[in-house]
Amino acid sequence: MKYILMMTGTKADFDWYATWPKRDLQAQLAFMHSFTKELKDSGVLVATEGLAFPNEAKIVRAAADGSPITDGVFPESKEFLAGYWIVDVETPDQAYQLAARVSAGPGPKDRGNQPIEVRPVMSGPPPEML
Amino acid sequence: MKYILMMNTMRAGESVPKWPTKDLQAHIAFMLNLNKSLRESGELVSAEGLAFPDQARLVRAGKDGAPITDGVFPESKEFLAGFWIVQVDTPERAYTIAARASAAPGPGGAPLNMPIEVRQVMSGPPPEML
Amino acid sequence: MTPEPDNFEHLLRELAPQVLGAVIRRFRDFSSAEDAVQEALVAAALQWPREGVPDNPRAWLIQVAARRMTDYLRSEVARRRRETAAVMELDQVAPSAIIGSAADQDDTLILLFMCCHSALTSSSAIALTLRAVGGLTTNEIAIAFLVPEPTMAQRISRAKRSIKDSGVRFSLPTSQERAQRLGAVLHVLYLIFNEGYTSSAGPNLQRLELSHEAIRLTRAVHHLLPDDAEVAGLLALMLLTDARRAARTGSDGELIPLTKQDRALWDQKQISEGLALLTKTLSKGSIGAYQLQASIAAVHDEAGRAEDTDWPQILALYDLLKRMSDNPMVTLNHAIAAAMVHGPAAGLELLHGLDTDGRLSGHHRLDAVRAHLLEMAGDHEAAITHYRIAASRTTSLPERNYLMTQAARLDESAGD
Repeated sequence: MKYILMMTGTKADFDWYATWPKRDLQAQLAFMHSFTKELKDSGVLVATEGLAFPNEAKIVRAAADGSPITDGVFPESKEFLAGYWIVDVETPDQAYQLAARVSAGPGPKDRGNQPIEVRPVMSGPPPEML
Repeated sequence: MKYILMMNTMRAGESVPKWPTKDLQAHIAFMLNLNKSLRESGELVSAEGLAFPDQARLVRAGKDGAPITDGVFPESKEFLAGFWIVQVDTPERAYTIAARASAAPGPGGAPLNMPIEVRQVMSGPPPEML
Repeated sequence: MTPEPDNFEHLLRELAPQVLGAVIRRFRDFSSAEDAVQEALVAAALQWPREGVPDNPRAWLIQVAARRMTDYLRSEVARRRRETAAVMELDQVAPSAIIGSAADQDDTLILLFMCCHSALTSSSAIALTLRAVGGLTTNEIAIAFLVPEPTMAQRISRAKRSIKDSGVRFSLPTSQERAQRLGAVLHVLYLIFNEGYTSSAGPNLQRLELSHEAIRLTRAVHHLLPDDAEVAGLLALMLLTDARRAARTGSDGELIPLTKQDRALWDQKQISEGLALLTKTLSKGSIGAYQLQASIAAVHDEAGRAEDTDWPQILALYDLLKRMSDNPMVTLNHAIAAAMVHGPAAGLELLHGLDTDGRLSGHHRLDAVRAHLLEMAGDHEAAITHYRIAASRTTSLPERNYLMTQAARLDESAGD
C-alpha cells in the first residue's frame, strides 16, 4: 500500500526555518538525507521530492481563452508543501511509524515535534465488480 | 526544470462530487487525456491521486518517539487531491499546463476553474540552506 | 530444435529456476547463486539476439552462472584469506558436473518453498518469487509494482538476507511442514494473480501481466504436484477468473461489473481448461477453499448470459466456503449471493453481522456491497449515500470512478 508523508509549513514557518542556526539546518538536512537512504535500503521508497521555498509559488487558473492567469498572493494561514516521501508499506501503522521518525527529526524544538500529514495514495489493482 | 502542479481541492468531511453521470464521465476522460498527452510529450514525470481526507492522519512523534495520530481537521483546511510533476523548459510552460488542468470540466460541462498551485521542485537541498 | 530468438525470453524464464537450482546445489549459497543466475540471464538477453540461441541453452546459462560464482568466491576467498588449496579445488570443478542433475524437477518447488517462507513479508515473498522462480528481471518486477528499480532491488536483497538468517535449507520441506509451506506458496501465487494490473500513472511502458505470471508459475507447481487438489483448484480459479479479463474494463479503463460484461469477450479456451481441471479435482472427493472459489467462478463462467447464472448453486458454494473461512470478504460475497436467491432484504440482513466486525469497519467494500443491495431493494437514496461513502474510501482510482458513476446514475433516475 502506498502512502504519502508530507511536510508542510506556513510562510512564517519557512521564514522561521531560514533563521535556524546553521548547525540545526545541517543536522536536519543530514537527517533527511539518511532517512531517505534508509527508506531506499529497506525497499520501501517510491518517490521523494523537496520543493522550493514558497516565495515564487503561483496559483494558476485559466482565462476564458484557456491561457494561464497567475496569482502570487496567499493568505498568511496557507500551508505550503515543503516536501514529501511516498512509501510502499504493508500496513498503515508502518507509514505512521515512519512519519513519527520525521516528526522527531532534529531542529529547534521550541515548537514541539513537527506534524506530518499521512495520506493513502490511489493505487492498487481494480477489483472485479459483481 | 521540474515543477509540481497541485490541486488542493479537497476539504475535510466532504464527500465525492455529486455531478450527473455524463459530467462525471467527461471529467474523468479529461483527466485521462491530460495525463496521456503529458506522457506523450515527455513532460510527465509523475502523477498521483490521493485518498479522501477522512483517511488522512496528522502524525506527531510522542515523547517516546511513538506515533500519535490525529484524524480530526478544521473545516477550512485544504487537502491535496492530487498532483502532477512535469519536466519543462520554462515556468510559462508549467503555467500553461496548470491552466489546462484548472479548466477541467465539472457540472454542466463548465470549466471548474480549480486553483492549481505551481511550485518549482528542487533537485538538491535549497542553496541558501548550505 | 533450436528455439527462435524471439521466443527465448520465455525460454529464459522457464530455465531460470532450473539453472538456479543447479547452481545452488553445487555452491550452496542461495543469495549469491541468485545474483549469478541473474547476471547469466542478462548476458543471454544481450548475446542470444545477436548470436542465436545456443544448442543447449540450459548448459550455457549454468556455465555462465557458475563462472560468475567462482569469480565471486575467489574474490571472497582472497578477501577472507583462506587457504589457496580451496581456490585450486574450485578451479577443478567442471560445469558439466552440475548439469543434468537428476533432482532438477524438484528445484522449482524447493525454490518456491524457500521464496514463500513465513520469515518473509508478503511483498518480499512476491518480489523474490518473481525473481528467483519467475526469472523476471528486477526492472520488470519494479515496473509491475510501480516502484523504482533500486527500491525493488533492495526489497529482493533484503528478502534473500531474511532467508539466509532464517536458516532455511535448500531442500523440500518435511512431510509435517509441507501442508503449511505449500499453503504459503499458494497464497503468494494467489496474491501475485490478484495484483492484476494497475491503471498506469507513470510513463507508458510495456507492463508485464502479473496474472499471466501467476498462472504460469501455478501451472508449473501443478505439473510437479499433479495430485494436489488445492494446487489444481488454485490454477482452475486463476484460469476461470482470467478468462473474463478482456471484458472487465472498457475502452477508457472503466470497470465493467460481472453482471454487465460482454460474455463474447470471455476466453472460452481458458474456461474449458479451468472447468476440466476442476472436474478432475472434484471427482477425487476432497474440497478445499481454492476449489470452492474455483467452483463459484465456474458457475459464473458457465452462464451464457448474466440472467442464466445459477445463483442458488453459488449460494450453496458460499455456504460451504463460509464454514471453512472466516474471511469477511467471503461473507460479503455470500450476502450478494443470498440477495440474488432470497431477495435483497436477506442479503442486507447478513451484512448486519459485519457492522461490528473490526476487520471491516470503515472498509469501502462493506459500503459498496450495501449500496448494491440497497439499490436492489429499491432504496435508492440510501444506495446513493453508500455508493458515495464507498467511493470516498477506496484507494483504487478505477473503483472510485465506478462507484461515483453508480451513484450518479441512480441519482439521475431518481429525478425522472
